[in-house]
Amino acid sequence: MSGGTFLGMPPFPEAAAAAVRDTRLRGNLRHATGTIRAKRAQAVAELPDWARLRAAGAAIKDRTLRHLDHYLERLEEAVTAAGGTVHWAADAAEANRIVTELVRATGESEVVKVKSMATQEIGLNAALEAAGIRAYETDLAELIVQLGDDLPSHILVPAIHRNRGEIRDIFRSEMGSWGRPAPDGLSDEPAELAEAARLHLREKFLRARVGISGANFMVAETGTLVVVESEGNGRMCLTLPETLISVVGIEKVVPTWRDLEVFLQLLPRSSTAERMNPYTSMWTGAADAEGADGPRDFHLVLLDNGRTDALADTVGRQALRCIRCSACLNVCPVYERAGGHAYGSAYPGPIGAILTPQLRGTASGLDASLPYASSLCGACYEVCPVAIDIPQVLVHLRERVVEGGEATVRGRRTTVRPARGHAAERAAMRAARWVFEHPAALRAGQRLASRTRRLHPRRLPGPGRAWTASRELPEVPAESFRDWWRRERGDDGGGREARGEREARGERGGDR
Amino acid sequence: MSGRDVVLGRIRRALRDVPRSEAPDDVPVPRDYARAHLPSGAGAGGALAGLLAENLADYRAVVHRTGDEGLAPLLCRLLAARGSATVLVPPGLPPHWLKAADPVRVHDRAAATARELDSVDSVVTGCAVAIAETGTIVLDGGPGQGRRRITLIPDHHICVVRVPEQVVASVPEALERLDPARPLTWISGPSATSDIELDRVEGVHGPRTLEVVLVEE
Amino acid sequence: MRVALFVTCVTDTLYPGTGRAALAVLERLGVEVDFPLTQSCCGQPQFNTGYRRETEPLVRRFAEVFRGYDHVVTPSGSCAAMVRENHPRIAARAFGGGAAGTAAEAAGVASRTYELSEFLVDVLGVTDVGAYYPHTVTYHPTCHGLRTLGLGDRPRRLLENVRGLELVELPGAQECCGFGGTFAVKNAAVSAAMGSDKARGIESTGAQAVCAVDNSCLMHIGGILARRGSAVRPVHLAEILASTDAGTVVDGTAAEGTPANGTEEEAR
Repeated sequence: MSGGTFLGMPPFPEAAAAAVRDTRLRGNLRHATGTIRAKRAQAVAELPDWARLRAAGAAIKDRTLRHLDHYLERLEEAVTAAGGTVHWAADAAEANRIVTELVRATGESEVVKVKSMATQEIGLNAALEAAGIRAYETDLAELIVQLGDDLPSHILVPAIHRNRGEIRDIFRSEMGSWGRPAPDGLSDEPAELAEAARLHLREKFLRARVGISGANFMVAETGTLVVVESEGNGRMCLTLPETLISVVGIEKVVPTWRDLEVFLQLLPRSSTAERMNPYTSMWTGAADAEGADGPRDFHLVLLDNGRTDALADTVGRQALRCIRCSACLNVCPVYERAGGHAYGSAYPGPIGAILTPQLRGTASGLDASLPYASSLCGACYEVCPVAIDIPQVLVHLRERVVEGGEATVRGRRTTVRPARGHAAERAAMRAARWVFEHPAALRAGQRLASRTRRLHPRRLPGPGRAWTASRELPEVPAESFRDWWRRERGDDGGGREARGEREARGERGGDR
Repeated sequence: MSGRDVVLGRIRRALRDVPRSEAPDDVPVPRDYARAHLPSGAGAGGALAGLLAENLADYRAVVHRTGDEGLAPLLCRLLAARGSATVLVPPGLPPHWLKAADPVRVHDRAAATARELDSVDSVVTGCAVAIAETGTIVLDGGPGQGRRRITLIPDHHICVVRVPEQVVASVPEALERLDPARPLTWISGPSATSDIELDRVEGVHGPRTLEVVLVEE
Repeated sequence: MRVALFVTCVTDTLYPGTGRAALAVLERLGVEVDFPLTQSCCGQPQFNTGYRRETEPLVRRFAEVFRGYDHVVTPSGSCAAMVRENHPRIAARAFGGGAAGTAAEAAGVASRTYELSEFLVDVLGVTDVGAYYPHTVTYHPTCHGLRTLGLGDRPRRLLENVRGLELVELPGAQECCGFGGTFAVKNAAVSAAMGSDKARGIESTGAQAVCAVDNSCLMHIGGILARRGSAVRPVHLAEILASTDAGTVVDGTAAEGTPANGTEEEAR
């Protein structure tokens, strides 16, 4: 896994199967997600009105999404009035071009970055690199990923797939070529590793003239941006440089200042299981004078890049409520075993499985496999602080994959064709539906299975092998329940069944 | 077409299901969540300060409590114990706070570079508001607080909170008191990270030692 | 009170003993139970794989078959969740509005559909069904029962009132077993890894049997336990509740000896 791109990755089941065999990865993930799960539950349990906060959070986001144009225009007005400049980017290429030009205009050839999902999503670092601009990631986990020429595997903790020993090795071997080398004799103690990062990045913060960030929230009525963080790297990037460029997804806007009272309670507890994260920065526009507080040049790049496609889908739209807390990843049994890289996107885990196929479409094998990367156990929905019904959206997107239909792709209303490779399954589903509509056929099938049950193999060929490779098959009983009922209780069974059949058929005129 | 027109056009097409007559405020937002989470009767200043102290300490801030009279000697002691030779003083800091302190006072100047600030040992500030439930202090750049960078670069931050007037119970109560036009920094304990195995470690880029002094009037 | 048993396609075809056990428990409590033979499947396999259009006729059929009953009882948390949560949505989209239409009928039937433990505790108000099952049992709360239906402690309360039964805690109980319908074959590696972890948790309890309210999950868990050569038996809640000290109530459900959940022929 290297090269910093998710392009060309195999479908989820293949990548996940490889990850399942990686015992070290599974150990790292089990340990990390296990640690945070119990803590989150405890932090949430402290607030008796959690369910109400959650409902309010979902409602505020729904209000915003249903009137997104209105709120974005208000935001633009407020940011502009406060001395900032607002740019609009329809896709990744446009956003990268805008940011690259803004950095070029400063004459600088390096920037410091706050961890940002949006810039990860658009591949900003590679675009800047191509323009001769070096982007330094300053979040500890992003630093680990950047130094290791790796890919992020978690929304909150992009290097969650690495344990302390691996991090020490990366710091020792790579820090030197990016700046200040790791201290001699660096151990794998987390406190020492954090100290090494502090020393390595200090130099870059103190000389930085351009900072790039995302934002957790943008307040439409005031033009205020909010960045929630822990380490202080965010504060460094947001306050020390002369120029600040924030790339933010259009769905991150909230209507009012007051609305923050809901999200600043929901996010820290869901994310890092803290009552409040160590640092939250809020700023409105640009500093107005020499020596004033913060960057004098502030640019906000509003990013679409597929978000309006998700917005056009009345079921899928709720994915845009997401506040990127990553509680759904931490609780997901599939994520814990498959790891983040298998999702092939900056957004892994359950939220990624519904967000990525909406942002990128379902045309590629990987993207079409993502809605199936779930057992639909519902643990994600239960912990989601903005009540995104992830299982519902997964099933909805599965329908798009196998049945196709109307969808918006890159801003255009399109009829999506069913994905290839589902022909046999489709035929089987149709056949099953027909059998279930004709209980006589169902009964005949059950009897055939019962009569031949001594002949059934223990290992199946073809698709059934996926079951029997790891599981025994159940034995088929001598008699189905319905046959037992007819034999024991069925004084009028046959008649009733026949009557029911007639009724069902009679009212089903013109059905498929 | 500009990027703006493209994006706004897409949004409007995407929202065809929303009736034209629907106004943003027509979408209901239930606000029946609590304004604060204190047990009844705990709203009084003393109890709030106790909770604030407890939650600050829970995230590894060092908490001290004193009266008006004790503030100057306490700050003097804290700076001495730290061995600080220099202390940053934001504009508007009440002069008597540091009247007993030995370290050289460094006044934040507009032209001071980040590198210059990096050589200062400690910084002493006031705050705008403190939140008991979450153990948070909020700085808004007002008198006695200074620019955001001065509480970021030095490794030792002492923040003075006036009790009870600056302490609120909850996040909603804090937001009511704050002005979004000002640059705001919410601080809950010293800098920390959960990036190694999702386990919390204190001390990364921000001040690694945060001392909060609760001054009871 | 007209009560119908919706036995589900999996239980009908592969685990008829569970159907007979559910029937026995209900009849022992004085409920007259009908089994409309025109029933088939709730459509969950189709729907959850993305074949909504293949599901629609099954939703309509379900409503037609069960519309005349006051209550529909099913020994499956997952199928009950499919009916209650999804049938109204699917019907509304496919068949449109109208108070008397198929959509309204489907919504009505859905609201009267109960998973067995819900029906016993909420409708009948019974937590002691007079069962006797002298074995050590651990309980796995299956996901749709736990999170979609909100069964809470209903199954546990029923188990706690079974004489002779020792209930032991399952570590990581609330984590999915990895079945997930077609997930079990589409993502077989992850499914098997989840199932193996679940099986290890079950074995660590020292229980003789693992109990759940869903035969589909038990089929997966049991298949993995069997492949591991484990002696722990998967048993549906209905079969434990049907067992009495009178010995065998449901043909083949032994109350003594090994915790069999059927005759040799029906053993999983």
